Amino acid sequence: MNHLMIMPIVIPLLTGAFLLVMYRYNIGRQRSLSIGSTLLLVVLAVWAVLQAGVTDYTLYYLGNWQPPFGIVLVLDRLSAIMLLLTALLSLFCVLYASRGSDREGSHFHALLQFQLMGINGAFLTGDLFNLFVFFEVLLIASYALLLHGGGRARSRAGLHYVIINLAGSALFLLALGILYGLAGTLNMADLAHSIANAPETDLPLLKAASLLLMVVFGIKAALLPLLFWLPRAYSAASAPVAALFAIMTKVGFYAMVRVFLMVFGLDEGAPANDTVLAWLWPTALITLALGGIGVLGAASLRTLTAYMVIVSVGILLATLSRNDEQLLAASLFYLLHSTCMTAVFFLLADLIGRYRDDGYDRFSVISPLSHRWVLGSVFLIASVSIASLPPFSGFVSKAWILQASSRLPDYLWLWAAILISGLLIIAALSRAGSGWFWRPEEHSTARTRAIEKTQQLDHARMATVCVMIAISFALALFAQPVMDYLDAATKLIYQPSGYVDTVLGDYVSQGEEVTE
Amino acid sequence: MELLVAITLGVLTSTGVYLMLRARTFSVVLGLTLLSHGVNLFLFSMGRLTTASPAVIGLVEKYTDPLPQALVLTAIVISFSMTAFVVVLALKAAVELRSDHVDGEDPNEDRQ
Repeated sequence: MNHLMIMPIVIPLLTGAFLLVMYRYNIGRQRSLSIGSTLLLVVLAVWAVLQAGVTDYTLYYLGNWQPPFGIVLVLDRLSAIMLLLTALLSLFCVLYASRGSDREGSHFHALLQFQLMGINGAFLTGDLFNLFVFFEVLLIASYALLLHGGGRARSRAGLHYVIINLAGSALFLLALGILYGLAGTLNMADLAHSIANAPETDLPLLKAASLLLMVVFGIKAALLPLLFWLPRAYSAASAPVAALFAIMTKVGFYAMVRVFLMVFGLDEGAPANDTVLAWLWPTALITLALGGIGVLGAASLRTLTAYMVIVSVGILLATLSRNDEQLLAASLFYLLHSTCMTAVFFLLADLIGRYRDDGYDRFSVISPLSHRWVLGSVFLIASVSIASLPPFSGFVSKAWILQASSRLPDYLWLWAAILISGLLIIAALSRAGSGWFWRPEEHSTARTRAIEKTQQLDHARMATVCVMIAISFALALFAQPVMDYLDAATKLIYQPSGYVDTVLGDYVSQGEEVTE
Repeated sequence: MELLVAITLGVLTSTGVYLMLRARTFSVVLGLTLLSHGVNLFLFSMGRLTTASPAVIGLVEKYTDPLPQALVLTAIVISFSMTAFVVVLALKAAVELRSDHVDGEDPNEDRQ
């Protein structure tokens, strides 16, 4: 058993706990501890990606209890790539926050570490109840992070966010209760085995449980009727927190992939899954359309970015609901791109807001902007990337999605929704950019030049954003190895029997010995 | 006993849902609490309802499933702490927004 595997959960837990106890440390030490822990997580995630590339499934038995009795952590390519994405994203968030946003309230770094622990745990666990526990860990950390800094807008958005997620947790427990009552286990592999062999009479209850789970993950992922908390919450949160939250909707998506395609998908034909995927398809398309309209109607860059998150969720879930191996690989590539770029825009909104005289990131306010050229160019490049124009990773991912979906029935709906929402994003971003940066000379008068002299551009913050955009570019440059990796990852997801055999291997053979 | 448990679950859940849909934060918090009680009871009963059988294997012939009890313990701790958090948050929001409406402002205030 390789103890490195549990480290992505243990390191942030210990760091967070230590920071909480040592709250009297000066902020510099807190920052270096937090950055150090996140750097370690990046290294670990790289190890995880390499390890998963060699062995399909790496298992870790907690307390050395064999599955299905103990909790097991499972590392495969999908979870490895999600770990790496989380680690990189959180590193940039910590670096950005260390320039001052973490002083708006207390315990920022401790909370962030707990949040990372929850996210990493959710990606690694092979047990549904454990998934619930990690969801709660990441949620309670996110409640506090959302409120970090205080203020009326945050209290209001936070209340909605907390209440809807508490209701979601209750539904999650109900679904777990039904599944346990039917199968007598909550280990994902064992559950998949039981569901595949479930008698016909259990099917209605299984469907009920899977639909409940869809609602729960839909709340996390912001699927159509459950998304109205998102724009307000994400635009109220402070910039690094909002950027970190870009991964949170993807946790919901990941859980859907794991549970619906693997746990419910072992059976030939997977009858319990059909209902969920049939519901997912139209709702995801409408989510996508609504996101597009929201992007166009947003009044500030942060709200606009929040709606871009919704657009990305719509695309991801719509492709997931088609239940196709190649399309899922394409949408995983899009997940990497969209998480990175929406995070960039949350940070960029904050960065630009700081150098505007008035109005922060609102579009309605016309106000002089210092460092117009630098900020304008970065905004342009970031917009080209998120609008999925070449030469950035968004273009590769969307082209792949379109290509992969063209073999499927009803693909025109998906094409129309993806292309129109892309067009709306381009329109909204070019309107925002031209309003802010393309003002005639009257706004860059002597006054802004005077401001520029006193108000230096924050190079560290700027560099963070630029490196993130560069990663998006690098993702396009080195698309082939990433695509191969994701292809291999989805191949594993569509062979759940391999997962079940690896996790339950000894147990099943032992059981046979006993019956003999 | 099944009937009694089923009725209790139904009453808890329906009152919980009803209160959760109210517009004031206090009733919403109460609703969440009742709902989580209902859910915990449901989870507990998923190990099947038996009486006078310990949750220890090997002592007696007839034992009850210990796992739902462990699960429900975790769920109780989590829902308890979450409720405590939401109470504090609701108080904070009520003080800061000067309104205990869930939206922070009463949409019908001007008409009254």
